[in-house]
Amino acid sequence: MEIQISDRLAKKFRRNLIERGIEFLLLLAAMSAVFTTIAIVCILLYESYTFFEHVSLRDFLTDTQWTPLFADAHYGIMPLVSGTVTTAAIALAFAIPVGTIGAIYLSEFASHRVRETVKPILELLEGVPTIVFGYFALLLVTPLLQKLIPGLPTFNMLGPGIVIGIMVIPYIASVSEDAMRAVPMSMREGSYAMGATRFQTAIRVVTPAAISGIIAAYILAISRAVGETMVVAIAAGQQPNLTFNPMDSAATITAYIVQVAMGDLPHGSIGYQSIFAAGLVLMLMTLFFNLLGHFTRKKFREAY
Amino acid sequence: MVTVTTPLKAESRDLNFIYNGGHRALKGINMPLYEKKITALIGPSGCGKSTFLRCFNRMHDLYPGNKYEGQIVMHPDNTNVLGAGVDPIEVRMRISMVFQKPNPFPKSIYENVAYGLRVRGERNKRIIDDKVEEALKGAAIWDEVKDRLHDLAFNLSGGQQQRLCIARALATDPEIMLFDEPTSALDPIATANIEELMTELRDRLTILVVTHNMQQAARISDYTAYMYLGEMMEYGDTDRIFTNPTRKETEDYITGKFG
Ligand SMILES: Nc1ncnc2c1ncn2[C@@H]1O[C@H](COP(=O)(O)OP(=O)(O)OP(=O)(O)O)[C@@H](O)[C@H]1O
Ligand SMILES: [Mg+2]
Repeated sequence: MEIQISDRLAKKFRRNLIERGIEFLLLLAAMSAVFTTIAIVCILLYESYTFFEHVSLRDFLTDTQWTPLFADAHYGIMPLVSGTVTTAAIALAFAIPVGTIGAIYLSEFASHRVRETVKPILELLEGVPTIVFGYFALLLVTPLLQKLIPGLPTFNMLGPGIVIGIMVIPYIASVSEDAMRAVPMSMREGSYAMGATRFQTAIRVVTPAAISGIIAAYILAISRAVGETMVVAIAAGQQPNLTFNPMDSAATITAYIVQVAMGDLPHGSIGYQSIFAAGLVLMLMTLFFNLLGHFTRKKFREAY
Repeated sequence: MVTVTTPLKAESRDLNFIYNGGHRALKGINMPLYEKKITALIGPSGCGKSTFLRCFNRMHDLYPGNKYEGQIVMHPDNTNVLGAGVDPIEVRMRISMVFQKPNPFPKSIYENVAYGLRVRGERNKRIIDDKVEEALKGAAIWDEVKDRLHDLAFNLSGGQQQRLCIARALATDPEIMLFDEPTSALDPIATANIEELMTELRDRLTILVVTHNMQQAARISDYTAYMYLGEMMEYGDTDRIFTNPTRKETEDYITGKFG
């Protein structure tokens, strides 16, 4: 009798040990992401600090020129911010309607066969290297736009903006579609039973029921559009320009960062440090949108 | 002595239903639905009660490959609900439904009830306000929600949600209301409320209700139909079915010998 009990206890002990071990491994995996993020933030803050020892925060925020590489150096971040905001805004103005309508179509209207064909294609599109999209913007979209808008320069924000839009459509469509699929059938049946059409059901019931997932898709898209580098670096002209006019050429924060990081600026120069300050601004922007998304989702949070 | 004949509201004639994939879930069902009466459908799980109920508002049209044979005729206009030229949306405008699990929309209490009106193109706020209030009163939930009409419907309790769904179905003045086990997800008090509500609704419209609860069928219904394996085994006055069933199978089911 006694042997049996201690035997079982030993088993229980071993089981606990394994459980603990697995738990620890999982924790480690989760923490690695957290640590990397913290490390990145620390480096950004540290390097930016060096930068701000030479440039006042006031100049950084109010100067209308960004020319760290010139003899007459100016360090106003606003031209890069305006470039980033403008290209991202063009992209989203294009991608959010198209992506959302696509998701509604796929989830509520398309036949099973159409859906099963289109979804993998969308996912494939997500995997196309962004440099391909960059040349797509420069060599195809901008020339087409130039036919429509005479006088459009070769390097402008409209073309790359639209192409970034095309790039993020699959994200919006597939994430929103997942959210809409997850709406229980009983809710659709409730709507149809009231005499609603398919369209009314899609717009008035399914979309609001999936709104938190759809907003998540938008946030993902915004982060992608704001952080997109290659397309703008290639097709928008790499010229920091304080303008919100889509016809102008401009540079974005990320485009500037690659430009400098790939050039041969000496490590430790202010020009070099400036990319960290720019990176910090980019991170704050993305953080802002994520928080915004978080709170809108909370507000719309639904429970079935 | 004068015999008062109750008018027919609808009837199914030789109704067969075949699910996508070939399963024949209903076999030659004939059943009357008397006006402003409650008809209960009973029978063991899987016998086809829900399938039958959902033929009335053409819910099966939502899924491809399902097939109806036979007719469901509505009176007095003799419309065959299952007819080829009949728009299922037209049918659902006349026949509304309350589901087993309360399924309010992700909207406010007010908008849930207004849904059917909006879908029908009603824009006049005064009319909608009136109808919403009337429907909520009709579903015996007005006093509980009148101060929070613009709260999200999900914040209500299960029983309140179910009464909200009844209000939603009532707001459009349907002729027939279908209930598929409307109380199976509710506690006894909420169940009693819904049962009382259904007997009150009998003054206004015709009710077809699926239930697993024998006492419920006996308490609230005027007529009872016993289904088994896709067939209508017995139909009659509820009093007679429960006291003096003609078929052995019905008696066994009612007395709990099986099912
Ligand atoms: N979508 C479907 N496709 C194929 N067969 C189905 C489908 N839905 C139901 N059935 C079958 O049809 C028969 C009747 O089902 P139904 O849901 O009408 O039963 P029920 O009497 O409502 O049962 P319960 O009391 O459990 O709700 C069952 O044999 C069931 O397996
Ligand atoms: Mg059922």
